[in-house]
Amino acid sequence: MSKIWNKYRFLILRRFTQIALLVLYIGGNYWGWKILQGNLSSSKLFDTIPLADPYAVLQIFSTGAIVAMDALIGAVIIAVFYALLGGRAFCSYVCPVNMVTDLANYLRRKWNLDKFEKKWWASRNIRYWVMGLSFILSFILGTAVFELVSPISMTHRGIIFGMGFGWAAIVTIFLFDLFILKNGWCGHICPLGGFYSLIGRYNLFRVKHIQPNCTLCMKCKEVCPEKEVLYMIGKKSQMVDMGECTLCGRCVEVCDDDALHFGIRDFVKKGE
Amino acid sequence: MDKNRRAFLVSLAQNVAIAATGGFLWSAYVEEAKAAPLILRPPGARKEQDFMSLCIKCGLCVEACPYDTLMLAKPGDNKPLGTPYYIPRNIPCYMCDDIPCVPPCPTGALDIKSVTKEQDGKQVFDITMMRMGVAIVDIKDCIAYWGIQCDACYRACPLLDKAIYMEMRRNERTGKHAKLLPVVDPDYCTGCGLCEHACVTEIAAIKVLPRDVALGKVGNHYVKGWEKSDEARLKGSSGIRTTVTPRSEKSAVESLNEGLNLE
Ligand code: SF4
Ligand code: SF4
Ligand code: SF4
Ligand code: SF4
Repeated sequence: MSKIWNKYRFLILRRFTQIALLVLYIGGNYWGWKILQGNLSSSKLFDTIPLADPYAVLQIFSTGAIVAMDALIGAVIIAVFYALLGGRAFCSYVCPVNMVTDLANYLRRKWNLDKFEKKWWASRNIRYWVMGLSFILSFILGTAVFELVSPISMTHRGIIFGMGFGWAAIVTIFLFDLFILKNGWCGHICPLGGFYSLIGRYNLFRVKHIQPNCTLCMKCKEVCPEKEVLYMIGKKSQMVDMGECTLCGRCVEVCDDDALHFGIRDFVKKGE
Repeated sequence: MDKNRRAFLVSLAQNVAIAATGGFLWSAYVEEAKAAPLILRPPGARKEQDFMSLCIKCGLCVEACPYDTLMLAKPGDNKPLGTPYYIPRNIPCYMCDDIPCVPPCPTGALDIKSVTKEQDGKQVFDITMMRMGVAIVDIKDCIAYWGIQCDACYRACPLLDKAIYMEMRRNERTGKHAKLLPVVDPDYCTGCGLCEHACVTEIAAIKVLPRDVALGKVGNHYVKGWEKSDEARLKGSSGIRTTVTPRSEKSAVESLNEGLNLE
Protein backbone atom coordinates (compact mmCIF):
# COMPACT_ATOMS: atom_id res chain seq x y z
CA MET A 1 0.00 0.00 0.00
CA SER A 2 2.61 2.50 1.02
CA LYS A 3 4.51 1.47 -2.06
CA ILE A 4 1.59 2.43 -4.27
CA TRP A 5 1.29 5.67 -2.38
CA ASN A 6 4.98 6.35 -2.91
CA LYS A 7 4.85 5.60 -6.61
CA TYR A 8 1.65 7.47 -7.32
CA ARG A 9 1.14 10.10 -4.64
CA PHE A 10 1.30 13.11 -6.98
CA LEU A 11 -0.70 11.35 -9.67
CA ILE A 12 -3.43 10.64 -7.10
CA LEU A 13 -3.28 14.23 -5.88
CA ARG A 14 -3.55 15.52 -9.44
CA ARG A 15 -6.53 13.36 -10.33
CA PHE A 16 -8.10 14.35 -7.05
CA THR A 17 -7.78 18.11 -7.70
CA GLN A 18 -8.87 17.76 -11.35
CA ILE A 19 -11.97 15.77 -10.50
CA ALA A 20 -12.81 17.72 -7.35
CA LEU A 21 -12.76 20.98 -9.31
CA LEU A 22 -15.08 19.48 -11.91
CA VAL A 23 -17.46 18.24 -9.23
CA LEU A 24 -17.53 21.67 -7.58
CA TYR A 25 -18.25 23.39 -10.90
CA ILE A 26 -20.96 20.86 -11.79
CA GLY A 27 -22.47 21.37 -8.33
CA GLY A 28 -22.43 25.10 -8.98
CA ASN A 29 -24.42 24.70 -12.16
CA TYR A 30 -26.87 21.92 -11.31
CA TRP A 31 -27.37 22.12 -7.58
CA GLY A 32 -26.64 25.76 -6.95
CA TRP A 33 -23.57 25.21 -4.75
CA LYS A 34 -21.89 28.49 -4.03
CA ILE A 35 -18.33 27.17 -3.81
CA LEU A 36 -17.16 27.47 -7.41
CA GLN A 37 -19.51 28.89 -10.02
CA GLY A 38 -18.79 29.39 -13.69
CA ASN A 39 -15.96 27.52 -15.36
CA LEU A 40 -12.23 27.75 -15.97
CA SER A 41 -12.66 30.81 -18.19
CA SER A 42 -14.05 32.81 -15.32
CA SER A 43 -15.62 31.84 -12.03
CA LYS A 44 -16.70 32.97 -8.65
CA LEU A 45 -15.21 31.42 -5.52
CA PHE A 46 -17.54 31.31 -2.48
CA ASP A 47 -19.81 33.72 -4.33
CA THR A 48 -17.39 36.59 -3.66
CA ILE A 49 -13.86 36.16 -5.02
CA PRO A 50 -13.67 36.50 -8.80
CA LEU A 51 -11.27 34.28 -10.73
CA ALA A 52 -10.54 34.54 -14.43
CA ASP A 53 -8.27 33.01 -17.03
CA PRO A 54 -5.59 35.68 -17.60
CA TYR A 55 -4.89 34.41 -21.12
CA ALA A 56 -8.55 34.78 -22.10
CA VAL A 57 -8.64 38.27 -20.57
CA LEU A 58 -5.51 39.25 -22.53
CA GLN A 59 -7.21 38.08 -25.72
CA ILE A 60 -10.24 40.20 -24.87
CA PHE A 61 -7.89 43.15 -24.36
CA SER A 62 -6.35 42.60 -27.77
CA THR A 63 -9.78 42.94 -29.35
CA GLY A 64 -9.72 46.47 -27.97
CA ALA A 65 -12.47 45.86 -25.43
CA ILE A 66 -12.06 46.84 -21.79
CA VAL A 67 -13.35 44.18 -19.43
CA ALA A 68 -15.21 45.01 -16.23
CA MET A 69 -13.41 45.02 -12.87
CA ASP A 70 -14.46 41.51 -11.82
CA ALA A 71 -12.74 39.75 -14.71
CA LEU A 72 -9.70 41.98 -14.37
CA ILE A 73 -9.25 41.29 -10.65
CA GLY A 74 -9.92 37.61 -11.27
CA ALA A 75 -7.22 37.44 -13.92
CA VAL A 76 -4.68 39.19 -11.69
CA ILE A 77 -5.40 36.81 -8.80
CA ILE A 78 -4.83 33.77 -10.99
CA ALA A 79 -1.74 35.22 -12.68
CA VAL A 80 -0.12 36.15 -9.36
CA PHE A 81 -0.92 32.75 -7.89
CA TYR A 82 0.78 30.86 -10.70
CA ALA A 83 3.67 33.31 -10.96
CA LEU A 84 4.52 32.92 -7.26
CA LEU A 85 3.44 29.40 -6.30
CA GLY A 86 1.82 27.41 -9.05
CA GLY A 87 4.26 27.64 -11.95
CA ARG A 88 2.77 25.65 -14.79
CA ALA A 89 0.83 23.43 -12.37
CA PHE A 90 -2.43 24.47 -14.05
CA CYS A 91 -1.63 21.98 -16.77
CA SER A 92 -1.10 18.99 -14.53
CA TYR A 93 -3.43 19.69 -11.58
CA VAL A 94 -6.40 21.58 -13.10
CA CYS A 95 -6.77 21.24 -16.85
CA PRO A 96 -9.29 18.50 -17.77
CA VAL A 97 -7.49 17.76 -21.07
CA ASN A 98 -4.55 16.52 -19.03
CA MET A 99 -6.46 13.35 -18.17
CA VAL A 100 -7.00 12.67 -21.88
CA THR A 101 -3.41 13.30 -22.93
CA ASP A 102 -2.05 11.33 -19.96
CA LEU A 103 -4.16 8.38 -21.04
CA ALA A 104 -2.83 8.64 -24.60
CA ASN A 105 0.69 8.80 -23.25
CA TYR A 106 0.14 5.82 -20.99
CA LEU A 107 -1.14 3.74 -23.92
CA ARG A 108 1.79 4.86 -26.04
CA ARG A 109 4.18 3.43 -23.48
CA LYS A 110 2.08 0.34 -22.92
CA TRP A 111 1.84 -0.48 -26.62
CA ASN A 112 5.40 0.54 -27.29
CA LEU A 113 4.33 2.96 -29.99
CA ASP A 114 7.42 5.10 -29.58
CA LYS A 115 9.58 2.26 -30.78
CA PHE A 116 7.53 1.47 -33.88
CA GLU A 117 6.75 4.83 -35.17
CA LYS A 118 8.91 6.86 -37.46
CA LYS A 119 9.99 9.98 -35.58
CA TRP A 120 8.04 13.00 -36.65
CA TRP A 121 9.74 16.00 -35.30
CA ALA A 122 7.86 19.13 -34.33
CA SER A 123 9.17 22.11 -32.43
CA ARG A 124 7.95 22.59 -28.90
CA ASN A 125 7.93 26.32 -29.63
CA ILE A 126 4.84 26.03 -31.83
CA ARG A 127 2.79 26.89 -28.74
CA TYR A 128 4.40 30.32 -28.53
CA TRP A 129 3.67 30.94 -32.20
CA VAL A 130 0.06 29.92 -31.64
CA MET A 131 -0.11 32.25 -28.66
CA GLY A 132 1.27 35.20 -30.63
CA LEU A 133 -1.07 34.42 -33.48
CA SER A 134 -4.05 34.30 -31.12
CA PHE A 135 -3.41 37.89 -30.03
CA ILE A 136 -3.04 39.10 -33.61
CA LEU A 137 -6.19 37.30 -34.75
CA SER A 138 -8.16 38.51 -31.72
CA PHE A 139 -7.17 42.04 -32.68
CA ILE A 140 -8.23 41.58 -36.30
CA LEU A 141 -11.41 39.58 -35.74
CA GLY A 142 -12.68 41.36 -32.64
CA THR A 143 -13.24 38.30 -30.50
CA ALA A 144 -11.11 36.11 -28.23
CA VAL A 145 -10.11 33.63 -30.93
CA PHE A 146 -8.53 30.86 -28.90
CA GLU A 147 -11.60 30.74 -26.71
CA LEU A 148 -13.70 29.91 -29.79
CA VAL A 149 -11.63 26.84 -30.66
CA SER A 150 -10.10 25.87 -27.32
CA PRO A 151 -10.60 22.17 -26.63
CA ILE A 152 -9.83 22.93 -22.99
CA SER A 153 -12.80 25.25 -22.56
CA MET A 154 -14.89 23.01 -24.81
CA THR A 155 -14.19 19.97 -22.66
CA HIS A 156 -14.60 21.78 -19.41
CA ARG A 157 -17.79 23.59 -20.44
CA GLY A 158 -19.01 20.35 -21.96
CA ILE A 159 -18.74 18.51 -18.65
CA ILE A 160 -20.42 21.32 -16.72
CA PHE A 161 -23.04 22.60 -19.18
CA GLY A 162 -23.58 19.75 -21.66
CA MET A 163 -21.28 18.30 -24.27
CA GLY A 164 -22.95 18.49 -27.70
CA PHE A 165 -20.39 17.42 -30.26
CA GLY A 166 -17.64 18.51 -27.86
CA TRP A 167 -16.55 14.90 -27.47
CA ALA A 168 -15.18 15.11 -31.02
CA ALA A 169 -12.56 17.60 -29.85
CA ILE A 170 -11.53 15.29 -27.03
CA VAL A 171 -11.27 12.29 -29.34
CA THR A 172 -9.21 14.33 -31.81
CA ILE A 173 -6.68 15.29 -29.16
CA PHE A 174 -6.56 11.75 -27.86
CA LEU A 175 -5.87 10.25 -31.29
CA PHE A 176 -3.40 12.99 -32.18
CA ASP A 177 -1.39 12.36 -29.02
CA LEU A 178 -1.67 8.61 -29.34
CA PHE A 179 -0.80 8.07 -32.99
CA ILE A 180 0.64 11.23 -34.46
CA LEU A 181 2.79 13.16 -32.05
CA LYS A 182 3.94 12.22 -28.57
CA ASN A 183 2.74 14.88 -26.11
CA GLY A 184 1.39 16.57 -29.21
CA TRP A 185 -1.25 18.83 -27.75
CA CYS A 186 0.08 19.79 -24.30
CA GLY A 187 3.75 19.67 -25.20
CA HIS A 188 3.71 21.38 -28.57
CA ILE A 189 0.56 23.24 -29.53
CA CYS A 190 -1.51 24.40 -26.57
CA PRO A 191 -0.99 28.16 -26.19
CA LEU A 192 -2.45 28.13 -22.69
CA GLY A 193 0.33 25.78 -21.62
CA GLY A 194 2.78 28.16 -23.26
CA PHE A 195 1.21 31.05 -21.41
CA TYR A 196 1.56 29.37 -18.02
CA SER A 197 5.13 28.33 -18.89
CA LEU A 198 5.92 32.01 -19.32
CA ILE A 199 4.22 33.44 -16.25
CA GLY A 200 5.21 30.52 -14.01
CA ARG A 201 8.84 30.66 -15.03
CA TYR A 202 10.03 32.01 -11.66
CA ASN A 203 7.67 30.33 -9.20
CA LEU A 204 8.78 29.17 -5.78
CA PHE A 205 8.27 25.41 -6.04
CA ARG A 206 10.71 23.45 -8.14
CA VAL A 207 11.82 19.90 -8.76
CA LYS A 208 15.45 19.36 -7.78
CA HIS A 209 17.94 16.85 -9.06
CA ILE A 210 20.66 15.34 -6.90
CA GLN A 211 23.21 14.06 -9.34
CA PRO A 212 25.24 11.71 -7.07
CA ASN A 213 22.10 9.61 -6.40
CA CYS A 214 21.25 9.23 -10.09
CA THR A 215 21.80 5.78 -11.62
CA LEU A 216 20.96 6.96 -15.15
CA CYS A 217 17.97 4.61 -15.44
CA MET A 218 16.13 7.38 -17.35
CA LYS A 219 12.73 6.43 -15.94
CA CYS A 220 12.14 10.11 -15.24
CA LYS A 221 12.65 11.14 -18.84
CA GLU A 222 10.33 8.40 -19.98
CA VAL A 223 7.37 9.68 -17.98
CA CYS A 224 8.08 13.40 -18.25
CA PRO A 225 5.67 15.17 -20.62
CA GLU A 226 8.24 17.92 -21.25
CA LYS A 227 11.42 15.94 -21.07
CA GLU A 228 13.59 18.75 -22.44
CA VAL A 229 13.37 20.37 -18.99
CA LEU A 230 15.27 17.38 -17.52
CA TYR A 231 18.44 18.20 -19.46
CA MET A 232 20.52 18.06 -16.25
CA ILE A 233 19.68 14.46 -15.32
CA GLY A 234 22.81 12.55 -14.41
CA LYS A 235 24.95 15.57 -15.31
CA LYS A 236 24.73 17.92 -12.39
CA SER A 237 22.79 18.68 -9.23
CA GLN A 238 20.43 21.46 -10.06
CA MET A 239 16.82 22.52 -9.88
CA VAL A 240 14.60 22.06 -12.93
CA ASP A 241 14.52 25.69 -13.96
CA MET A 242 12.59 25.77 -17.22
CA GLY A 243 9.06 27.19 -17.17
CA GLU A 244 7.76 24.30 -19.26
CA CYS A 245 7.98 21.92 -16.28
CA THR A 246 4.37 21.21 -15.27
CA LEU A 247 5.36 20.28 -11.72
CA CYS A 248 3.38 17.07 -12.12
CA GLY A 249 5.89 15.25 -9.95
CA ARG A 250 5.83 12.07 -12.02
CA CYS A 251 9.64 12.09 -12.22
CA VAL A 252 9.86 12.40 -8.44
CA GLU A 253 7.58 9.38 -7.95
CA VAL A 254 9.17 7.07 -10.47
CA CYS A 255 12.73 7.69 -9.36
CA ASP A 256 13.80 4.70 -7.30
CA ASP A 257 17.08 6.23 -6.30
CA ASP A 258 15.98 9.36 -4.52
CA ALA A 259 17.62 11.61 -7.08
CA LEU A 260 14.61 13.88 -7.55
CA HIS A 261 12.40 15.71 -5.06
CA PHE A 262 10.34 18.85 -4.66
CA GLY A 263 11.84 21.88 -3.00
CA ILE A 264 12.00 25.63 -2.87
CA ARG A 265 13.69 27.46 -5.72
CA ASP A 266 17.45 28.07 -5.37
CA PHE A 267 17.73 31.77 -5.66
CA VAL A 268 21.45 31.71 -6.15
CA LYS A 269 22.47 29.42 -8.94
CA LYS A 270 25.47 27.57 -7.69
CA GLY A 271 28.15 25.87 -9.68
CA GLU A 272 28.03 28.32 -12.52
CA MET B 1 28.40 27.62 -42.07
CA ASP B 2 26.72 28.61 -45.29
CA LYS B 3 24.87 25.31 -45.30
CA ASN B 4 23.64 25.90 -41.76
CA ARG B 5 22.44 29.32 -42.72
CA ARG B 6 20.53 27.87 -45.62
CA ALA B 7 18.96 25.18 -43.48
CA PHE B 8 18.02 27.82 -40.95
CA LEU B 9 16.39 30.03 -43.55
CA VAL B 10 14.49 27.11 -45.04
CA SER B 11 13.18 26.02 -41.67
CA LEU B 12 12.25 29.60 -40.87
CA ALA B 13 10.32 29.83 -44.12
CA GLN B 14 8.61 26.53 -43.32
CA ASN B 15 7.59 27.79 -39.89
CA VAL B 16 6.19 30.99 -41.33
CA ALA B 17 4.29 29.06 -43.99
CA ILE B 18 2.80 26.69 -41.43
CA ALA B 19 1.86 29.59 -39.16
CA ALA B 20 0.25 31.45 -42.05
CA THR B 21 -1.77 28.42 -43.14
CA GLY B 22 -2.82 27.71 -39.57
CA GLY B 23 -3.74 31.34 -39.00
CA PHE B 24 -5.76 31.41 -42.18
CA LEU B 25 -7.76 28.29 -41.30
CA TRP B 26 -8.20 29.51 -37.78
CA SER B 27 -9.52 32.95 -38.76
CA ALA B 28 -11.79 31.44 -41.42
CA TYR B 29 -13.29 29.19 -38.76
CA VAL B 30 -13.73 32.06 -36.29
CA GLU B 31 -15.39 34.28 -38.91
CA GLU B 32 -17.74 31.43 -39.75
CA ALA B 33 -18.54 30.77 -36.10
CA LYS B 34 -19.20 34.44 -35.41
CA ALA B 35 -21.74 34.74 -38.21
CA ALA B 36 -24.96 33.81 -36.43
CA PRO B 37 -27.18 36.85 -37.01
CA LEU B 38 -30.32 35.20 -35.63
CA ILE B 39 -28.99 34.52 -32.15
CA LEU B 40 -30.84 36.01 -29.17
CA ARG B 41 -28.62 37.16 -26.29
CA PRO B 42 -29.37 37.46 -22.54
CA PRO B 43 -30.89 40.62 -21.02
CA GLY B 44 -28.59 43.62 -20.98
CA ALA B 45 -26.30 42.20 -23.69
CA ARG B 46 -24.28 44.82 -25.54
CA LYS B 47 -24.38 45.16 -29.29
CA GLU B 48 -23.46 41.81 -30.86
CA GLN B 49 -19.98 42.92 -31.93
CA ASP B 50 -19.04 44.26 -28.50
CA PHE B 51 -20.70 41.32 -26.86
CA MET B 52 -18.59 38.90 -28.90
CA SER B 53 -15.38 40.60 -27.88
CA LEU B 54 -16.27 40.84 -24.19
CA CYS B 55 -18.04 37.58 -23.31
CA ILE B 56 -15.56 35.18 -21.68
CA LYS B 57 -17.99 32.23 -21.97
CA CYS B 58 -18.09 31.49 -18.26
CA GLY B 59 -21.78 30.64 -18.07
CA LEU B 60 -22.33 32.64 -14.88
CA CYS B 61 -25.40 34.24 -16.49
CA VAL B 62 -26.67 30.77 -17.42
CA GLU B 63 -26.25 29.50 -13.87
CA ALA B 64 -28.00 32.53 -12.42
CA CYS B 65 -31.20 32.14 -14.45
CA PRO B 66 -33.81 30.37 -12.31
CA TYR B 67 -35.88 29.31 -15.34
CA ASP B 68 -33.06 27.65 -17.33
CA THR B 69 -33.80 30.11 -20.10
CA LEU B 70 -30.18 30.72 -21.03
CA MET B 71 -27.87 28.13 -22.56
CA LEU B 72 -24.20 28.10 -23.57
CA ALA B 73 -23.71 27.18 -27.22
CA LYS B 74 -22.24 23.69 -27.58
CA PRO B 75 -20.49 22.26 -30.62
CA GLY B 76 -23.35 21.29 -32.91
CA ASP B 77 -25.63 24.19 -31.95
CA ASN B 78 -24.35 26.27 -34.88
CA LYS B 79 -23.82 29.26 -32.66
CA PRO B 80 -20.57 30.94 -31.56
CA LEU B 81 -19.18 28.32 -29.20
CA GLY B 82 -19.66 28.86 -25.51
CA THR B 83 -21.68 32.07 -25.77
CA PRO B 84 -25.06 32.36 -24.01
CA TYR B 85 -28.36 32.49 -25.91
CA TYR B 86 -31.99 31.49 -25.51
CA ILE B 87 -34.74 30.00 -27.65
CA PRO B 88 -38.01 31.66 -26.58
CA ARG B 89 -40.25 29.02 -28.13
CA ASN B 90 -38.68 26.49 -25.73
CA ILE B 91 -38.09 28.63 -22.67
CA PRO B 92 -38.73 32.37 -22.84
CA CYS B 93 -37.22 34.98 -20.56
CA TYR B 94 -39.60 35.63 -17.67
CA MET B 95 -38.31 39.14 -17.12
CA CYS B 96 -37.41 38.67 -13.45
CA ASP B 97 -37.78 41.87 -11.43
CA ASP B 98 -34.34 41.42 -9.88
CA ILE B 99 -32.67 40.35 -13.18
CA PRO B 100 -30.39 37.76 -11.54
CA CYS B 101 -28.59 36.96 -14.81
CA VAL B 102 -27.00 40.36 -15.43
CA PRO B 103 -24.98 41.30 -12.31
CA PRO B 104 -22.84 38.10 -12.21
CA CYS B 105 -21.35 38.80 -15.65
CA PRO B 106 -17.65 39.39 -14.84
CA THR B 107 -16.64 41.09 -18.08
CA GLY B 108 -19.42 43.61 -18.65
CA ALA B 109 -20.66 41.78 -21.77
CA LEU B 110 -24.02 42.14 -20.05
CA ASP B 111 -24.34 45.80 -19.21
CA ILE B 112 -26.08 46.55 -15.90
CA LYS B 113 -26.50 50.19 -16.85
CA SER B 114 -28.70 49.30 -19.80
CA VAL B 115 -31.33 47.85 -17.45
CA THR B 116 -31.00 50.35 -14.60
CA LYS B 117 -32.78 53.61 -14.10
CA GLU B 118 -32.75 56.25 -11.40
CA GLN B 119 -35.73 56.41 -9.09
CA ASP B 120 -35.93 58.75 -6.08
CA GLY B 121 -32.16 59.20 -6.27
CA LYS B 122 -31.58 55.44 -6.16
CA GLN B 123 -30.44 53.10 -8.90
CA VAL B 124 -33.07 50.45 -9.50
CA PHE B 125 -33.45 47.68 -12.04
CA ASP B 126 -36.07 48.19 -14.68
CA ILE B 127 -36.83 45.05 -16.63
CA THR B 128 -38.86 46.97 -19.18
CA MET B 129 -35.59 48.47 -20.44
CA MET B 130 -34.35 45.12 -21.72
CA ARG B 131 -33.96 44.98 -25.48
CA MET B 132 -33.12 41.39 -26.30
CA GLY B 133 -35.09 41.32 -29.51
CA VAL B 134 -38.46 42.29 -30.91
CA ALA B 135 -41.58 40.23 -31.63
CA ILE B 136 -42.83 40.15 -35.21
CA VAL B 137 -46.31 38.88 -36.17
CA ASP B 138 -46.69 36.73 -39.26
CA ILE B 139 -50.07 38.06 -40.36
CA LYS B 140 -50.71 35.20 -42.77
CA ASP B 141 -50.39 32.46 -40.18
CA CYS B 142 -51.78 34.24 -37.15
CA ILE B 143 -55.28 32.81 -36.78
CA ALA B 144 -56.51 36.08 -35.33
CA TYR B 145 -55.89 37.60 -38.74
CA TRP B 146 -58.15 34.88 -40.16
CA GLY B 147 -60.91 36.14 -37.94
CA ILE B 148 -60.68 33.36 -35.35
CA GLN B 149 -60.58 34.64 -31.82
CA CYS B 150 -57.15 34.19 -30.22
CA ASP B 151 -55.34 36.48 -27.87
CA ALA B 152 -52.86 34.04 -26.36
CA CYS B 153 -49.81 36.17 -27.11
CA TYR B 154 -51.50 39.35 -25.98
CA ARG B 155 -52.36 37.88 -22.61
CA ALA B 156 -48.94 36.27 -22.18
CA CYS B 157 -47.14 39.58 -22.56
CA PRO B 158 -45.90 41.13 -19.30
CA LEU B 159 -46.26 44.53 -20.95
CA LEU B 160 -49.77 43.90 -22.20
CA ASP B 161 -51.37 46.84 -23.99
CA LYS B 162 -47.97 48.45 -24.35
CA ALA B 163 -45.63 46.01 -26.10
CA ILE B 164 -48.55 44.25 -27.71
CA TYR B 165 -52.10 45.49 -28.21
CA MET B 166 -55.21 44.27 -30.01
CA GLU B 167 -56.42 46.30 -32.92
CA MET B 168 -60.02 46.04 -34.09
CA ARG B 169 -60.78 45.62 -37.76
CA ARG B 170 -64.02 44.86 -39.65
CA ASN B 171 -64.28 41.26 -40.80
CA GLU B 172 -65.01 41.73 -44.52
CA ARG B 173 -65.79 38.04 -45.02
CA THR B 174 -68.71 37.75 -42.59
CA GLY B 175 -69.64 41.38 -42.78
CA LYS B 176 -70.88 41.45 -39.21
CA HIS B 177 -67.93 40.55 -36.99
CA ALA B 178 -64.78 42.23 -35.84
CA LYS B 179 -61.28 40.83 -35.99
CA LEU B 180 -59.05 41.49 -32.99
CA LEU B 181 -55.49 41.61 -34.28
CA PRO B 182 -52.30 41.48 -32.18
CA VAL B 183 -49.90 44.30 -33.02
CA VAL B 184 -46.43 44.74 -31.49
CA ASP B 185 -44.98 48.12 -30.56
CA PRO B 186 -41.18 47.82 -30.82
CA ASP B 187 -40.74 50.83 -28.53
CA TYR B 188 -41.90 48.69 -25.61
CA CYS B 189 -41.26 45.10 -26.66
CA THR B 190 -38.34 43.61 -24.73
CA GLY B 191 -38.02 40.46 -26.82
CA CYS B 192 -38.68 38.18 -23.86
CA GLY B 193 -40.59 35.77 -26.09
CA LEU B 194 -43.44 34.94 -23.72
CA CYS B 195 -45.76 35.63 -26.66
CA GLU B 196 -43.86 33.29 -28.96
CA HIS B 197 -43.95 30.67 -26.22
CA ALA B 198 -47.72 31.06 -25.82
CA CYS B 199 -48.70 31.13 -29.50
CA VAL B 200 -51.15 28.36 -30.38
CA THR B 201 -50.12 27.68 -33.96
CA GLU B 202 -47.85 24.74 -34.85
CA ILE B 203 -44.94 27.01 -35.63
CA ALA B 204 -45.36 30.25 -33.72
CA ALA B 205 -46.98 32.99 -35.77
CA ILE B 206 -45.33 35.58 -33.54
CA LYS B 207 -41.56 35.33 -33.30
CA VAL B 208 -38.80 37.18 -31.54
CA LEU B 209 -35.96 38.30 -33.79
CA PRO B 210 -32.80 40.27 -32.98
CA ARG B 211 -33.71 43.94 -33.19
CA ASP B 212 -31.11 44.87 -35.76
CA VAL B 213 -32.33 42.06 -37.99
CA ALA B 214 -36.03 42.85 -37.71
CA LEU B 215 -36.23 46.63 -37.51
CA GLY B 216 -35.74 49.23 -40.22
CA LYS B 217 -34.43 52.76 -39.96
CA VAL B 218 -35.93 55.94 -41.34
CA GLY B 219 -32.83 58.12 -41.50
CA ASN B 220 -32.96 61.76 -40.48
CA HIS B 221 -34.27 63.39 -43.63
CA TYR B 222 -37.90 63.03 -42.55
CA VAL B 223 -39.24 65.53 -40.06
CA LYS B 224 -42.46 65.00 -38.18
CA GLY B 225 -44.10 68.36 -38.63
CA TRP B 226 -46.73 67.45 -36.06
CA GLU B 227 -44.19 66.97 -33.31
CA LYS B 228 -42.73 70.08 -31.77
CA SER B 229 -39.50 68.44 -30.68
CA ASP B 230 -38.93 66.89 -34.07
CA GLU B 231 -39.66 70.09 -35.90
CA ALA B 232 -37.10 71.87 -33.73
CA ARG B 233 -34.49 70.04 -35.77
CA LEU B 234 -35.29 72.39 -38.64
CA LYS B 235 -34.03 75.36 -36.65
CA GLY B 236 -30.96 76.92 -38.18
CA SER B 237 -31.23 74.86 -41.34
CA SER B 238 -30.45 76.73 -44.52
CA GLY B 239 -33.87 75.99 -45.97
CA ILE B 240 -34.85 73.93 -48.96
CA ARG B 241 -32.25 73.71 -51.65
CA THR B 242 -33.33 73.17 -55.25
CA THR B 243 -31.20 72.06 -58.10
CA VAL B 244 -31.02 74.63 -60.85
CA THR B 245 -30.60 73.45 -64.44
CA PRO B 246 -31.10 75.39 -67.72
CA ARG B 247 -34.53 73.81 -67.81
CA SER B 248 -35.63 75.17 -64.47
CA GLU B 249 -34.65 78.76 -65.26
CA LYS B 250 -38.13 79.57 -66.45
CA SER B 251 -41.23 78.64 -64.45
CA ALA B 252 -42.75 75.22 -64.99
CA VAL B 253 -45.84 76.58 -66.80
CA GLU B 254 -43.69 78.67 -69.09
CA SER B 255 -41.43 75.85 -70.09
CA LEU B 256 -44.33 73.46 -70.59
CA ASN B 257 -46.12 75.87 -72.89
CA GLU B 258 -43.04 76.89 -74.76
CA GLY B 259 -43.29 76.49 -78.50
CA LEU B 260 -47.01 75.85 -78.45
CA ASN B 261 -49.15 77.93 -80.67
CA LEU B 262 -52.39 78.39 -78.84
CA GLU B 263 -53.97 80.72 -81.36
S1 SF4 C 1 -34.45 37.93 -16.67
FE1 SF4 C 1 -34.82 36.08 -15.48
S2 SF4 C 1 -35.79 34.62 -16.91
FE2 SF4 C 1 -34.87 36.25 -18.13
S3 SF4 C 1 -32.85 35.42 -18.69
FE3 SF4 C 1 -32.59 36.70 -16.86
S4 SF4 C 1 -32.75 35.29 -15.14
FE4 SF4 C 1 -33.56 34.22 -16.93
S1 SF4 D 1 -21.86 35.93 -17.64
FE1 SF4 D 1 -21.14 37.38 -19.18
S2 SF4 D 1 -19.13 36.61 -19.79
FE2 SF4 D 1 -20.18 34.92 -18.72
S3 SF4 D 1 -21.18 33.77 -20.38
FE3 SF4 D 1 -22.68 35.24 -19.60
S4 SF4 D 1 -22.44 37.02 -20.95
FE4 SF4 D 1 -20.62 35.76 -21.22
S1 SF4 E 1 -41.59 39.62 -26.79
FE1 SF4 E 1 -43.81 39.39 -26.84
S2 SF4 E 1 -44.37 39.05 -24.71
FE2 SF4 E 1 -42.29 39.88 -24.69
S3 SF4 E 1 -42.55 42.10 -24.52
FE3 SF4 E 1 -42.48 41.65 -26.70
S4 SF4 E 1 -44.59 41.41 -27.30
FE4 SF4 E 1 -44.55 41.22 -25.09
S1 SF4 F 1 -51.15 33.48 -30.11
FE1 SF4 F 1 -50.33 33.29 -32.12
S2 SF4 F 1 -52.09 32.86 -33.42
FE2 SF4 F 1 -52.86 33.62 -31.51
S3 SF4 F 1 -53.09 35.80 -31.84
FE3 SF4 F 1 -51.09 35.52 -30.94
S4 SF4 F 1 -49.78 35.36 -32.68
FE4 SF4 F 1 -51.81 35.04 -33.44
